[in-house]
Amino acid sequence: MHNRLLLFIPLILFSLLSLFLWKGLSLDPKLLPSALIGKSFPDFKESALLDAKRELNQDDLKGQPVLVNVWATWCPSCRQEHEQLLHIAKSGKIGIIGLNYKDDRAAATQWLQTLGNPYQFTIFDESGMLGLDLGVYGAPETYLLDATGKIRHRHIGVVTEESWQEMQAIIKSWEQVSDQ
Amino acid sequence: MISKFFIVLWLSIATSFAAIDTYEFKDGDKQQRFQQLTADLRCPKCQNQNIADSNAAIAQDLRQKIYNMLEKDQSDDQIVDYMVARYGDFVLYEPRFDAKNSVLWLAPLILLILGLGLVVYLSRKRSQDTDSTELILDQQQEKSLAKLLKQGKK
Amino acid sequence: MIPELGEFALILALCFSGVLAVIPLYGAATLNVLWMNYAKPLAAAQFTFIAISFVCLGYAFAQDDFSVQYVANHSNSLLPLQFKLSAVWGGHEGSLLLWALILSGWTLAVSLFSRNLPLDILARVLGVMGIIATGFISFLLWTSSPFLRYLPRFPQEGADLNPLLQDFGLIVHPPMLYMGYVGFSVAFSFAIAALLSGRLDASWARWSRPWTNIAWAFLGAGITLGSWWAYYELGWGGWWFWDPVENASLMPWLVGTALLHSLAVTEKRGVFKSWTLLLAIFAFSLSLLGTFLVRSGVLTSVHAFASDPERGLFILILLLLTIGGSLTLYAFKAPNVKSESRFGWLSREMMLLVNNVFLTVMAVTVLLGTLYPLLIDALGAGKISVGPPYFNALFVPIMGLMSIAMGVSIAARWRQTKLDVIKQNLLIPAIVSIIFGLIFPFIYGDGFNFKVTFGMTVSLWVLATVFSEFKAKFRNAPNIMTKITQLPASYYGMMLAHIGVAVMAIGITIVSMYSEERDMRMAIGDSIELSGYQFTFKGTLPIKGPNFTADQGTLVVSYEGETVAILHPEKRHYTAKRSMMTEASIDAGLFRDLYVALGEPLADGAWAVRVHFKPFVRWIWLGGLLMALGGIITVFDKRYRAAKPANLEVKHA
Repeated sequence: MHNRLLLFIPLILFSLLSLFLWKGLSLDPKLLPSALIGKSFPDFKESALLDAKRELNQDDLKGQPVLVNVWATWCPSCRQEHEQLLHIAKSGKIGIIGLNYKDDRAAATQWLQTLGNPYQFTIFDESGMLGLDLGVYGAPETYLLDATGKIRHRHIGVVTEESWQEMQAIIKSWEQVSDQ
Repeated sequence: MISKFFIVLWLSIATSFAAIDTYEFKDGDKQQRFQQLTADLRCPKCQNQNIADSNAAIAQDLRQKIYNMLEKDQSDDQIVDYMVARYGDFVLYEPRFDAKNSVLWLAPLILLILGLGLVVYLSRKRSQDTDSTELILDQQQEKSLAKLLKQGKK
Repeated sequence: MIPELGEFALILALCFSGVLAVIPLYGAATLNVLWMNYAKPLAAAQFTFIAISFVCLGYAFAQDDFSVQYVANHSNSLLPLQFKLSAVWGGHEGSLLLWALILSGWTLAVSLFSRNLPLDILARVLGVMGIIATGFISFLLWTSSPFLRYLPRFPQEGADLNPLLQDFGLIVHPPMLYMGYVGFSVAFSFAIAALLSGRLDASWARWSRPWTNIAWAFLGAGITLGSWWAYYELGWGGWWFWDPVENASLMPWLVGTALLHSLAVTEKRGVFKSWTLLLAIFAFSLSLLGTFLVRSGVLTSVHAFASDPERGLFILILLLLTIGGSLTLYAFKAPNVKSESRFGWLSREMMLLVNNVFLTVMAVTVLLGTLYPLLIDALGAGKISVGPPYFNALFVPIMGLMSIAMGVSIAARWRQTKLDVIKQNLLIPAIVSIIFGLIFPFIYGDGFNFKVTFGMTVSLWVLATVFSEFKAKFRNAPNIMTKITQLPASYYGMMLAHIGVAVMAIGITIVSMYSEERDMRMAIGDSIELSGYQFTFKGTLPIKGPNFTADQGTLVVSYEGETVAILHPEKRHYTAKRSMMTEASIDAGLFRDLYVALGEPLADGAWAVRVHFKPFVRWIWLGGLLMALGGIITVFDKRYRAAKPANLEVKHA
């Protein structure tokens, strides 16, 4: 009888494996969570896109919660999410700061002039080194920073109405905590 | 919709091979380290490629960064830590030996020892059973045996 | 119209496989001869209609029928004909149809080549294969039909086949691989038939062996082809990346190797029945698991087909039913007899058991490494990667240990071996291989290298023990020529396969430790030296292909002043997909490959060039082919051809 029970081991192991495989179907192996969650936005020294003489650094992102949107003119999905970004900016609920990633200044300026500018200002990261420090691996990406400049959430891909709701929920949860 | 997905997928594969840079190292040792580091670090964006072989923009940037860091005499550990700080453990093709990966690293060895141990146990048992072996046939086998014996007699 | 005929043929095939899945099995359970006899014609019908379906799809490709979605996504009017036809299996739906075709082909083969099989066993085996076929054809029809159309407006031109796939490799690698993957379903079906019938004597092992050996040989050949193809196609000189899809093919092969050894023991000595049954179930289960991993999207891979979770769920259910069902059956009906036959601790039985432990641990290691990122993610503990450094660190030493055991196994006899015999046969091989291993890095390389020594010692040990054993066969033989002809085919096959392992190990050791690679800027006239070979860049010229334009470079390679090769790497631009691809140029040799690839063009006609020196790399694939050849040769053994019809008294309908 003892031996008979041993023969059930392969079945049990397989059942366990199937559970994981089933769970795996609802996961996306390509989605990388940000390694910087809970840490401050990396320090940098770059110029603003529309005003080359204006120097920006990490402090410009502090003071209130902001969204930092990584975008580029060579990125087709960025074009897709632009409407949503304009909508968010217009709602006044949170400010958006642009991070123009590995782009051409003239093309990017033209883009904003033609399509509208949802950003309070845009950091011009021509070399992509700020993106590297941030852990950017492909545009578009959007980071949610709290008032102290810490990264609290990263959204990969196009910002949709759902992702906007998600981010609003996160911001609300901070307000509840601070109210206590 | 699915078909567009297909096309994008195939396109992304087709354009991401044979990345050949022209970084010149004066130091042969650094050359080796560069090849090793870029082979063992994963491209954060690609479909399972290391940063040595990928043509993706991020892979090129990371190779450039590693080149710069090597030229600044940074150690392998420093370079790897730099990458992990920004992209997480995902970029390590050699998983770290920490608590959650302990099963990964130890299970094969443990299984091997258990398996070989089982073999040793079985071999000991068999030499013990030398005197008391019995052939146990079930009903089916009895029938087949009877049949075979009958055929043999013909 | 033809695509619709293809779809309809598939539906008919499903009907036949559905009947095949039920009637013969029921007939076997009730010993109803008429119902059991349905199995053979059903197998033939199933095959016929899947074949018709397959031909319809091929026809659609040949005729550039871009109204068929699958054709439009994978073909192009400028694509050369051979690639149009092999594009049939270039994507998910078509390759599944190929899977189904090969499955029905094996089913037909079993029905045709089983004259000495009792009817109830044959009925059960074909019935189980029918169940599997029903699953796959259903999967095709429900979620992955290759015959869907773009109507009423369809594209005028196709999106073209991925340039990387426009190669001879696509013509041979998937079919070979699938022959192996699917071929293990035969051993699986025999095991299930044995469990169902309760007929667990050694005869099922004898029936399964030739089928298993052929499937194993095909899978090995398929994997070898894949490695070779990746090497010359991808441009980075690598031959194995431990990618999830590669691992998905290696795992069934490893378990299949354990299986074919275990079958030998069960057939000859009647022991290890439970283990052999389990291995037969595992080998095919791993094939199915591989299908799941590759098509469900749970793992990231350059090889993976585009997927959606709905398909993944369907395959998972297939897995649950097949593997779960078979393991349940196993748990209830596998033999529980304690001791049947005696064998000592230094017997061939014991050594084969040891080797199977090694092989199983290797398979589990690969499985663990492949699935671990998924496990960690599913537990919410983050995202990690497991790649070559892990697999190489664990797999290679275990393989090395196994190779040492292999040498001892060859010298071991059935039941028990006297220690003196072992010493007599193994002492010289041991000494020779250790000395050779120690000297080799000094002769070939520049000084001592432990990894090289270990690899070469172990490889030569395997070779030397094979030859020592072969020589021992002639010790008491009166006439050498008669003895040579007397030795059975299975013996020669075994020797050849083991030699193949050693050859592959030598190739792996040398190419891993003594390769040289340089990436650099080369202006016209520039030269670089690698391991004694001088590579001189002569510039590029524009050329035109059937569906691409390219820059073709010229590199002259010389060794000690004499020109050895002229290489022409290309940077191709495919018009349909607007994508770039690099086509490496290789001067192949038995003892070294010279490998050149072009990167990006730089200023003034200079180019980024990658140059490789790859010593003994061909030995890897040579070893793989020898193993496959060895497997095929064993099937020609006389005992599988002696037809003794079984006299089974059955109730007539």
